[in-house]
Amino acid sequence: MKFTEEHEWLRDEDGVIVVGITQHAAEQLGDIVFVELPEPGTEVSKDDEVVVIESVKAASDILAPLDGEITEVNEALTDEPGKVNEDPMGDAWFFKIKAAEPSQMDDYMDEPAYQEFVG
Amino acid sequence: MSDLETTPLTALHRALGAKMVPFAGYEMPVQFPAGVLKEHLHTRAAAGLFDVSHMGQVIVRSGESRESAAAAMEALLPVDVLDLPEGRQRYGVFTNETGGILDDLMLANRGDHLFLVVNAARRDHDIAYLRAGLPRCTVEEITDRALLALQGPGAEAVLAGLVPGVASMRFMDVGVFGSDHGELWISRSGYTGEDGYEISVGADKAETLARALLSHEDVAPVGLGARDSLRLEAGLCLYGHDIDTNTTPVEAGLAWAIQKVRRRGGIREGGFPGAERILDELENGPARRRVGLRPEGRAPMREGTELHAVEEGSDPVGKITSGAFGPTLQAPMSMGYVPADMAREGTRLYGDLRGRRRPVTVTPLPFVPAGFKR
Repeated sequence: MKFTEEHEWLRDEDGVIVVGITQHAAEQLGDIVFVELPEPGTEVSKDDEVVVIESVKAASDILAPLDGEITEVNEALTDEPGKVNEDPMGDAWFFKIKAAEPSQMDDYMDEPAYQEFVG
Repeated sequence: MSDLETTPLTALHRALGAKMVPFAGYEMPVQFPAGVLKEHLHTRAAAGLFDVSHMGQVIVRSGESRESAAAAMEALLPVDVLDLPEGRQRYGVFTNETGGILDDLMLANRGDHLFLVVNAARRDHDIAYLRAGLPRCTVEEITDRALLALQGPGAEAVLAGLVPGVASMRFMDVGVFGSDHGELWISRSGYTGEDGYEISVGADKAETLARALLSHEDVAPVGLGARDSLRLEAGLCLYGHDIDTNTTPVEAGLAWAIQKVRRRGGIREGGFPGAERILDELENGPARRRVGLRPEGRAPMREGTELHAVEEGSDPVGKITSGAFGPTLQAPMSMGYVPADMAREGTRLYGDLRGRRRPVTVTPLPFVPAGFKR
């Protein structure tokens, strides 16, 4: 698993990258009440805003960590945004992306580096 | 947070694991470990305990009589202060010369004096304003007392366990009660839309009182986050957001707080700052009104969101002043100002959310029915 400085996690499932937010991010955001997901099939560039999440405190964006195509989104989060607080590292993934440049994954942190990053 | 003031309960908040934030010059709990959603729902289901010690507690006294203090006060706000019975409190607003709102407050008749509770961020302003406006009265800021709020359907049973006399209080009654925690100044009121009490307690007794209340299984500590979502569901204004010096009480939908005797044709008509505009708006209607708004879908529309009359083109017609997701409502909710002819229930408008206009519907306030004990 890889981690971004935006507190996303990326898991490689046979060449398709599953993206979610970390436990640390979920705790910082507080109770999440709204998730807006992109359409499957959307072509995205790295750092595009692809997901909007709203917590009881504020709105935030999740950025595309890689260039590629969104292949699947986790529709369950639209009806139950609270899942992001319950299981951010597991069931509450946001989207899957087929990377155009798989080597972009190499830029991201491994788990020990991320743990050090969040202190 | 070294420049921030603390309250007599700051140590308790930390011990309970609160997340502390700066608010109106104070270090205050925004949430406890349960989180905003659970704290909100717990308050509506049982009872929530809030620390509101940052608010200003002020005693206004005249050397002559309480009536003369009340009469002097009527020059500062469009409220019937003279006829307020002893042991009762009333909501009001200080207005300025253009009819704008300087602050909103609670005002109680406590026999030989008036007791006021004002907003934390406006406390220094209000005290200076009172001293300048009431030269024949003494204006005493109470600095040695904390203020707690116990809110929710379980509040009466819990507080009556410590102070039996509170059970028979009605909404907006005030009283002074002896207790194991010293003299308590209690009102049956709050800022959540629920039944409940606001309790002024000596600073040195505040933590033991708070712990005694929290020891009841129905009571959970609640932070500022849920305080905001609770008051918004109840359709209550937050000073500096929904009301300020640019909004009049009539525009803000607070005409109910201006009693008949202060209106045109009343025996003490006018005589407060901004009377000309406010009395005119009471008679002829204001140009714009504060309304409740329900956005379609689940995305909250927050403060600052521009409102449009049509889905494409044209300039904004209004703006959202408060917005959040309502945990009890299970939907997003907002309040904002719109032209009077767009304020009718059911009117469809569009809020500009991240560059896209999304429909909102004008909705009666409160969003969640109140549970006051009348």
